[in-house]
Amino acid sequence: MGTQTLHVLSAGQQLTTAPLPNHPSDELWLDSKNLERATGWQLKPEGLCRDDACMSISPADRERLVDGDAVCASGLWEKLERPVLSDANHSTWILGEAAADRSRGLESLEAPDFTLPDIEGKLHSLSDYRGKKVFLATWASW
Amino acid sequence: MWQKLYSELEDQDFTVITVAMESRGMKSAGGPIRKSKAGHPSLIDEDHLVADLYNMTNVPQAVWIDEEGRIVRPVEVPGAAMSFNLGKLRKTRAIYIDAIRDWAKKGSDSEYAYSPDEARARLPEFTDDIALAHANFHLGRHLWVHGNRDEGMRFMRTATELNPDSWNFFRQMKNLQNILGSGGPEFMGRVRRSRKAGKEYYPLPDMASMDEVS
Repeated sequence: MGTQTLHVLSAGQQLTTAPLPNHPSDELWLDSKNLERATGWQLKPEGLCRDDACMSISPADRERLVDGDAVCASGLWEKLERPVLSDANHSTWILGEAAADRSRGLESLEAPDFTLPDIEGKLHSLSDYRGKKVFLATWASW
Repeated sequence: MWQKLYSELEDQDFTVITVAMESRGMKSAGGPIRKSKAGHPSLIDEDHLVADLYNMTNVPQAVWIDEEGRIVRPVEVPGAAMSFNLGKLRKTRAIYIDAIRDWAKKGSDSEYAYSPDEARARLPEFTDDIALAHANFHLGRHLWVHGNRDEGMRFMRTATELNPDSWNFFRQMKNLQNILGSGGPEFMGRVRRSRKAGKEYYPLPDMASMDEVS
C-alpha cells in the first residue's frame, strides 16, 4: 500500500510532494528541484553542494543513490551522517542538519538567518533588520 | 518583557526581536503578544527553529547581533529569570539591561560586546545528539499537530532523551500533553537531578558584577 503524499521537513522548510514511482517506499527519493527546495542542497558533478560547501559523493554511491534526475535523499543523508527520520508510514520525513554544519555556521559568528511570522501572519526575517543592533530573546507561555 | 527597553533604545539603531517557542502557535503566544502591545517584532516559532539554529536549551535565552548580522554575545540567560530571591532577580536583570544599554550606545566599544575570539569561546558545543534531537523534535511536533499524536510524542520524547539539557524540548512536550503540565513532578525531578549534576537551570550570564549580587 503506497502513500499518496510525502511531507518533507527540514529546518525552516516544508515540502509536500507526490512520491516518485519505482522506488522503495522506505527510502526518500526526490527530484533535484524538490531536493533543493526542501533543503537548499543540490547535486552537482562536484558533489552535494549548498552555498560554498560541497560534500563529495563517490562514483559507487552515485550509482546507488542517483537515478536520472531523482536522488535518494534518505540514502545521501545517511551516507553523510546527517539526521534523517521518517514516521512509520514513511509519508513524513525530516532531512536534518548535521551538527558539524551548525557548528561551522555558529563559529563563523554570522547570525543564522530565519523567517518567522508575527501575530498578523506577516513574515519577518532576521536579515530584514540588518543595519540595527538586534537583541534576540526567546520566551514561552509554558 | 522587553517593550520598555525597546521603546527607550529604538532610535539608536537598535531593535528587540522576541521569539515565542510555542508549538501551539497563536493559541499560546497570541494572547500574551497582544497584551504586551510590543512595538518590536514578536515572532512565533512553532518548530523551535531558532533554538536549533542558535543551540538554545531554555527560555528565556538571548543573543546579541550587531548591525552587520554578526553574533556579539552568543546564547545566554538574560539575567537570572528564576530565583527564590526576588531581590536578586531584580538586581541581575537590572545589570543585564544596563549592559544592553551600554552596547546600544557604544557598539563594539562596549565592554559587554565580545571580540570574535571571546564570542567563539562561549559558543556551547553543538553535538551530534543535539542535531538528532532537533530532527526528532521537529518531526514529532509536525506529526502531533497533524493528528498523529502518539507517534509524535514518541519522537519528542526521544528528543528529550538525546538532549537532556534542553528544557525547551521537555517542557514543550509536557505542554502539548497537557497545556498546564509543563511544571509538574516530572519537571521538578528533572530539575533536581540536573542540579545534583551541577547544572544551573538559569546559569547567570558572564558579566561583571553579576556574580556579586546576593
